[in-house]
Amino acid sequence: MTTTPERTATGAVEKTDLVTVTIDGVQVSVPKDTLVIRAAEQVGVQVPRFCDHPLLAPVGACRQCLVDVPDAGNGRGFPKPQASCTLPVAEGMVVNTQVTSPVADKAQQGVMELLLINHPLDCPVCDKGGECPLQNQAMSNGRGESRFSDDRNRGVKRTFPKPINLSPTVLLDRERCIVCQRCTRFAEEIAGDPFIALVERGAQQQIGIAEDAPFLSYFSGNVIQICPVGALTSERYRFRSRPFDLVSSPGITEHDASGAAIRVDHRRGAVMRRQAGDDPAVNEEWITDKDRFAFTYAQGDDRLAYPQVRDQDDPAGRLRPASWPEAFAVAARGLAAARAAGGVGVLTGGRLSVEDAYAYAKFARVALGTNDIDFRARPHSAEETAFLGSRVALTGPASGAVTYGDLETASTVVLVGLEVEDEAGTIFLRLRKSVLAGGTEVVALAPFTTRGMEKLSARLVATAPGAEPAALAGLSGELDATSVILVGERLAAVPGALTAAASLADATGARLAWVPRRAGDRGAVEAGCLPTLLPGGRPVADPGARVDTATAWGVDHLPETEGRDADAIVAALVAGELGGLVVAGVDPADTTDPAATRAAVEAAGFVVAFDLRRTAVTDRADVVFPVAPTSDKAGTFVNWEGRVRSWEAALHNPSSLPELRALSGIADELAALGQGSRLGFRTVAEARAEMAQLGPWDGERLPLVEVRAPASLETEGESEVSRLVAGAPRTSTTDTRLLSSWKLLLDNGVMQDGDKYLKATARIPVAVVSPADFDAFGPTVTLTGDRGSITLAAEIADDLAPGVVWVPANSVGGGILADLASPGSPVTISGAEGVHG
Amino acid sequence: MTESTHGALTPVLTDTWDAEQGWKLDTYAAKGGYDALDTAFAMRPDDVITAVKDSGLRGRGGAGFPTGMKWSFIPQDNPKPKYLVVNADESEPGTCKDIPLMMGNPHVLVEGVIISSYAIRANKAFIYIRGEVVHVIRRVQAAVAEAYAAGHLGKDIHGSGYDLDVVVHAGAGAYICGEETALLEGLEGRRGQPRLRPPFPAVAGLYASPTVINNVESIASVPAIIRNGADWFASMGTEKSKGHGIFSLSGHVERPGQYEAPLGITLAELLDLAGGIRQGHQLKFWTPGGSSTPLLTADHLDVPLDFEGVGGVGSMLGTRALQIFDETVCVVRAVLRWTEFYKHESCGKCTPCREGTWWLVQALTRLENGQGSEADLDQLLDQCDNILGRSFCALGDGATSPISSSIQHFRDEYLAHLSHGGCPFDPARSTAWAGQEVTAS
Repeated sequence: MTTTPERTATGAVEKTDLVTVTIDGVQVSVPKDTLVIRAAEQVGVQVPRFCDHPLLAPVGACRQCLVDVPDAGNGRGFPKPQASCTLPVAEGMVVNTQVTSPVADKAQQGVMELLLINHPLDCPVCDKGGECPLQNQAMSNGRGESRFSDDRNRGVKRTFPKPINLSPTVLLDRERCIVCQRCTRFAEEIAGDPFIALVERGAQQQIGIAEDAPFLSYFSGNVIQICPVGALTSERYRFRSRPFDLVSSPGITEHDASGAAIRVDHRRGAVMRRQAGDDPAVNEEWITDKDRFAFTYAQGDDRLAYPQVRDQDDPAGRLRPASWPEAFAVAARGLAAARAAGGVGVLTGGRLSVEDAYAYAKFARVALGTNDIDFRARPHSAEETAFLGSRVALTGPASGAVTYGDLETASTVVLVGLEVEDEAGTIFLRLRKSVLAGGTEVVALAPFTTRGMEKLSARLVATAPGAEPAALAGLSGELDATSVILVGERLAAVPGALTAAASLADATGARLAWVPRRAGDRGAVEAGCLPTLLPGGRPVADPGARVDTATAWGVDHLPETEGRDADAIVAALVAGELGGLVVAGVDPADTTDPAATRAAVEAAGFVVAFDLRRTAVTDRADVVFPVAPTSDKAGTFVNWEGRVRSWEAALHNPSSLPELRALSGIADELAALGQGSRLGFRTVAEARAEMAQLGPWDGERLPLVEVRAPASLETEGESEVSRLVAGAPRTSTTDTRLLSSWKLLLDNGVMQDGDKYLKATARIPVAVVSPADFDAFGPTVTLTGDRGSITLAAEIADDLAPGVVWVPANSVGGGILADLASPGSPVTISGAEGVHG
Repeated sequence: MTESTHGALTPVLTDTWDAEQGWKLDTYAAKGGYDALDTAFAMRPDDVITAVKDSGLRGRGGAGFPTGMKWSFIPQDNPKPKYLVVNADESEPGTCKDIPLMMGNPHVLVEGVIISSYAIRANKAFIYIRGEVVHVIRRVQAAVAEAYAAGHLGKDIHGSGYDLDVVVHAGAGAYICGEETALLEGLEGRRGQPRLRPPFPAVAGLYASPTVINNVESIASVPAIIRNGADWFASMGTEKSKGHGIFSLSGHVERPGQYEAPLGITLAELLDLAGGIRQGHQLKFWTPGGSSTPLLTADHLDVPLDFEGVGGVGSMLGTRALQIFDETVCVVRAVLRWTEFYKHESCGKCTPCREGTWWLVQALTRLENGQGSEADLDQLLDQCDNILGRSFCALGDGATSPISSSIQHFRDEYLAHLSHGGCPFDPARSTAWAGQEVTAS
């Protein structure tokens, strides 16, 4: 109703905003303010360029894109060739590029010749050779012979000592640099980490870093990709391969829920490097360094390459290699017995593709006859389970869910339980773009102003952990339908927080989106890896949904009661109520209670483990299946927007199968034993077809379970705070602090293993404390909680919420859930022994 | 210095240079200095702009843009503060007018700053002085302090209700900062490199606010225009190049120095005033306005030195820095030295200037050493063609001027280097002490 007139209005505006220009004799209409260089692309003319980049502000430095403008639209021409990358179109403008203008062509050839006089002729050993804009455009728009270094003229090139490290991951060969400033502009305009800058002048001008400040940025790898010459190279990839030996396959990042498009470049079955894909709707042309560099985890010696079963003939009961069919049979027999002994729980973790997650979801229901399945390998709650069913499942861009594009048009974006630079780097970049364009204010409910928040000019609402529900309620007067609330998965650990976020959205009209950390989380919700949800968002508790699903699957009935969540599965295994466990790449250290999860794996009568690499869990398992990394299989991730992001296999590795194939094999064997029914698909394509046929649920959604924040926590926190503020004498109770934590982008995560260069760019773990705590306990503090204690260097945050201390979740030891404190519990702070008196 | 007795000279800015302590406020005030302030404050700012427009004053920094018109570009409905910035980053080889002016008569600049700021409604003005000339910076600082003490600066100047603060800023020694947008970058504390235009400084200049940037001499010419009227100023000079200007004669003349005269005076007349070319020698070539303006020769002695006249013979009036070279000077050598300067001062932002100057020096060095062939001359000209009009700012253009003009006028001399196998000149003969050497015998 309202969209039609709007559309007409927009259309009319667009029409008047079009400008018609003539480029090389071809008329083209482009939007006002379009740069000539991009208008030329519309008529199929590529003007050579180096400094120009569509996502960076124009600079006009390299002068390669000079064109002749005989008429600027006012009847007069420019006397000199103009840089088409800085010149906006004007109505009636006439432009002649190198195609039709000898002046433009000579100007371009001249600039190219000048660019090359100091550029080394080391293309044969340069990483960029073969994919180098300078090399390519020197061929297309330059002269074949040098006039600078022929026998007669033998000029002296400027040289520099080889190469210098801008950071552990990025190297600079200064003599190759044409100082187009793409990298420095990226660092300043996009990432907000301006730690590289021009130094010196004239021909000695170069990119440099300050002596004590390397180019440490979560997004540093992008400068390597946008460098139009071989000046910036990757420590990991340098001299490893030639572009023309690489096969490039499009992919989707497996490191976070961004759905960022990547390009996997591989050679002879091995991934050599990863680049950012170009997807304007999602990640534009940028990815985080984790998306780019963290791929070596799949190339280590501990990669599982074949199935294993526990050797019945070995007195020590060690694992031995097994054929796939044998492993299927052994697994089926064990699971059948475990099912008889109380049932089998399924923990799938957050890294699965949707197709694999769907296979687990179906396997649990039809082969194991249970709803005891949960993807959440992290602190979670019944409140979150309900929230996912009522507010997250079945949402997506098509149904009006929040998108990246919406972040650019939102007036206010509220971040709660989400540190975007660390936990969702792609969202961080899009938000920064929006903030710099001047339209969006970011409001962060966080314990202190982080570096990422500073770069977003975010307004901090200092919020102690547990106080998020009250802080959210406090925003109700500020938000409206143009606002967006992004809630992180960490809110699951705060009772009442997700309820408060949903209420705030309902009360103000603001739009709400849930941003998990892991790539598979969002898809697991859709695929039914929850105790309350069947695939397609069908509530287990809804008989119609069960019948719908059972019919589609061709089974008589599905388990009727809602299952156990991950914590309950762990508890039931420890208590002996469940007989077996199917576990897919879950690291106990990530879970609510790492010790309990380890004990559950120990206690389980039969464990089938799926993993990429050998772990403590696979060591304990009775049957181990290797799984395919994302490069080795086709798959789909659903990103935080609910956007479906599919990819095809880059590598074809016969020993590397998607999990759905193994689950299908086990289900076949179980069916042969008279247990349950087959999965009905063996390949990703078959799984996709079945999922498409099943489709989304169109019935009643799960209701939101309202959870109120426990009043006691708030008052306790308040009194604690007031005591601290009043400067009361320090007693044992005033050493108590609320613990805030999240995982840094780069930390001890196992999927960052194998790249020491990337690891060296991680931020140094520190405990963030208040100035008063630093004075009282610093410079090194020991925090002690109910699971242990850790000691870290302290760093001051002036605006830290009172009574709070922050530490990174997985940067020291076994992670804070294992080594420090249970979720939501307080810690005590003290000066580290021997460091401070 | 100036020869106030000669009829051709019009000492205005240079009038007090020969007075005892001419740089002091008292000396300046005794000659009517700062009187123009009250005249200006009695006018509406727009009328001051009109007066400067009517005077025909054109920018004295070299480009010759009409000063009053530049002021009228300042959007007065822009809520941001307006700024006046005086470009005192005089660094061009041969150019030496602003620095003596600030030494000899700093108060005329300060008075000009006040009137100009009033006209454009700026309450803050900056004088950006080349960093190497510490003595000049100190002198202008002292003058500004004197002006504050005398109530010519600060709050409610002369009871007019107009406030103005002046900041004397020392540059850090980069020729590029004489380019107005690079100057603004430097003034803001950034790397001195020219900015993309548009937006032009009049709309978004210093701190993204409307900004007028004028040369020292332009601003210093304003008080006399206000005091004596636009007609008085316009009565001097030629049809399109009005008023007086400082002509800086240097090199092989008998009495080098600053000659303030109406625009349109010829080199022949100026040489008469300066006692002619040094004894026993003849004029060979000269620059009309610093090293960035194409060379002229003895054929151009009677060219009127105004914007149109010099432009008509393929050069530019520039900063009226007349460097006079007699026949003892090797033009190749002189041009190479200038080119080395441009290579050293290229900021590095754009390719043609950064790489081109690097190459030009090497090409010229070979030619000076007598290496190569006549084809190299054409290649050199082609390189200049690839730099001229292709670089980001005028620095690159300027670097090509001496080369292409010298080849145009002295191609045979270049060729003589090639046939001679090196430079046929004895550089000692062009020194000031040539012929006076003491031999050992």
